[in-house]
Amino acid sequence: PCAGPVESKNEAAMSELVPEPRQKPAVPMKPMGINANLLGYIGIDTIIEQMRKKTMKTGFDFNIMVVGQSGLGKSTLVNTLFKSQVSRKSSGWNREEKIPKTVEIKAIGHVIEEGGVKMKLTVIDTPGFGDQINNENCWEPIEKYINEQYEKFLKEEVNIARKKRIPDTRVHCCLYFISPTGHSLRPLDLEFMKHLSKVVNIIPVIAKADTMTLEEKIEFKQRVRKELEVNGIEFYPQKEFDEDLEDKTENDKIRQESMPFAVVGSDKEYQVNGKRVLGRKTPWGIIEVENLTHCEFALLRDFVIRTHLQDLKEVTHNIHYETYRAKRLNDNGGLPPMTTETEESHESNL
Amino acid sequence: IIFQGEGCRTVPLSGHVGFDSLPDQLVNKSVNHGFCFNILCVGETGLGKSTLMDTLFNTKFEGDPASHSQPGVQLKSNTYDLQESNVNLKLTIVSTVGFGDQINKEDSYKPIVEFIDAQFEAYLQEELKIKRVLHNYHDTRIHACLYFIAPTGHSLKSLDLVTMKKLDSKVNIIPIIAKSDAISKSELTKFKIKITSELVSNGVQIYQFPTDDESVAEINGTMNAHLPFAVIGSTEELKIGNKMMKARQYPWGTVQVENETHCDFVKLREMLIRVNMEDLREQTHTRHYELYRRCKLEEMGFKDTDPDSKPFSLQETYEAKRNEFLGELQKKEEAMRQMFVQRVKEKEAELKEAEKELHEKFDRLKKLHQDEKKKLEDKKKSLDDEVNAFKQRKTAAELLQSQAQQAGGSQTLKRDKERKK
Repeated sequence: PCAGPVESKNEAAMSELVPEPRQKPAVPMKPMGINANLLGYIGIDTIIEQMRKKTMKTGFDFNIMVVGQSGLGKSTLVNTLFKSQVSRKSSGWNREEKIPKTVEIKAIGHVIEEGGVKMKLTVIDTPGFGDQINNENCWEPIEKYINEQYEKFLKEEVNIARKKRIPDTRVHCCLYFISPTGHSLRPLDLEFMKHLSKVVNIIPVIAKADTMTLEEKIEFKQRVRKELEVNGIEFYPQKEFDEDLEDKTENDKIRQESMPFAVVGSDKEYQVNGKRVLGRKTPWGIIEVENLTHCEFALLRDFVIRTHLQDLKEVTHNIHYETYRAKRLNDNGGLPPMTTETEESHESNL
Repeated sequence: IIFQGEGCRTVPLSGHVGFDSLPDQLVNKSVNHGFCFNILCVGETGLGKSTLMDTLFNTKFEGDPASHSQPGVQLKSNTYDLQESNVNLKLTIVSTVGFGDQINKEDSYKPIVEFIDAQFEAYLQEELKIKRVLHNYHDTRIHACLYFIAPTGHSLKSLDLVTMKKLDSKVNIIPIIAKSDAISKSELTKFKIKITSELVSNGVQIYQFPTDDESVAEINGTMNAHLPFAVIGSTEELKIGNKMMKARQYPWGTVQVENETHCDFVKLREMLIRVNMEDLREQTHTRHYELYRRCKLEEMGFKDTDPDSKPFSLQETYEAKRNEFLGELQKKEEAMRQMFVQRVKEKEAELKEAEKELHEKFDRLKKLHQDEKKKLEDKKKSLDDEVNAFKQRKTAAELLQSQAQQAGGSQTLKRDKERKK
């Protein structure tokens, strides 16, 4: 049995509900624009409030991964970003603890709330990365973890009886910590980012930036950007995912001038000019973390949290996850999609 | 992999982080993307469906009124781009055409159910694709079904009950009493009670405005009690007092559409658009669509396996189904091939028969021809014989004649001589 073609404006009789080629929805693709004739207020703009209320009720998930050698201040930075003790550093981890022999993946979840917005934040730490003598393929456990989260999500999505809200453990953002050598990127840095930029949003940051002067910082950043470009590493925000001109302009500025952010982290407060600020106390002065003349922490924070948080999640869901899913479904015996030639040829045979 | 904090504890913040902007970020993205809203109007011809839509959205949508002579129920669908402040809404209005006009209405609900299912199917197909573009997909699934009840004042028609029962597990139904200026206030109260009790006793699940969010619980709760909404539609504006209002003018008075003591239009607009539009969309996606998807996949033979078995039971079952399907296809091919061979054989035999007959005929004719020929030859021979015989007689006769002449001639001479003497 064949389904007849569906006319856009008229009847909708579908003959069978059997797997058949995708039905054209009975809606014309070219809608009519009505702007000029709106007299009086309808109220469709209230949908914004309705949507906002709903999302506040359900809450948000955010999963951030930190990668870099020991001692680059990863845990401190995450705590500084989220102004709370959310990283491994605070959950019973001990500085005297031995550096693991292989890369471990440690995920710690907390719920934080601000302005009525509840967020389940998961910080994924990767102790042992880059710390061995032989660091070959040390990104593999990380890539494996990331793919496992995609797999978990996919499995849930493919269920017949699905959860109303599939728990999202996928890594939305991976902060890669670059050592402030002042020279260039290390081979390990390049290898990691080359492999992982294809599966996750990578945001490179220059750690412990208080060891560089302003000029050294600018030069180093330029060199790093150049190296990333030469090696074809697309860090977040990726050029190809800019949605419109506005995005592109905004992101171009970030890509070409601000990134990688040179940051300093701290969870200690000091008194400066009568204000309590987060900072690092040195004999030659107090480095204020949130002072833009001192370091770019505030830029990183605003970028990741205040403007691009939702976008990080969407790129992960709409692009990285979809890439994984397509590859997974294709590799699984080379199965074609449901709308396949077999069905079409079946129709033509009859 | 070590995962801590499954029963996540809440951690206090020591300062402003800034993720409270997250709802704004999300909303901004949605605004940039645009919204979709799809309404289905089910009701008999002439109940004012198009007028009500025009009234709700303050505009004149296109379309001519339908006639009562439609042979079957059809669905007519139009999409419009509406803009208000910074919100872009793709509004699709689908209306039944010819509903309730036929003599036999047994199948009237079918095109409606099929239409709704078709939209679910389209979404499902997209969701199941390998390379899919879900976030840019134009969602055509019906978010709200306004069911127009005729203002008889008595009770629901059986067509209404049957149709609503078929639709209640597929779409959010909001029943409304159309052209309610035909009913008086006291009759209306009784009518509403009757309708509600009939719906309940027949187990029809209509859409309930959600009461779980405190900010809207109260208003939604109150509104739920006013269902079905008694509405009047009008796009004509009349001057009442010193304002222009949408109204219908009668000799005995003017009915104001937006006057809540006259009808429930304002309530409908509040509920449908200004308070619950997002909930209607969400219910469609998380409840009605999921139900459709689940049933469809189960129907196709897919099952969820237990969590620790191999992943993608969907894919494995699909592979098995595909092989089964290909097998069937092959069998069908075989059967057709057999049939073909059989037919060829039959035809061949037929042809052989015909050939044989022809040969026989030819032989017969040939024989006939030969017989005729022989006969003719015989005849010719006998004729020749006769001719010969005749010739012989002739020759003999001539001879005799000449002999007789000679003898007679000499005699004649003798007589002549004697005379002369």
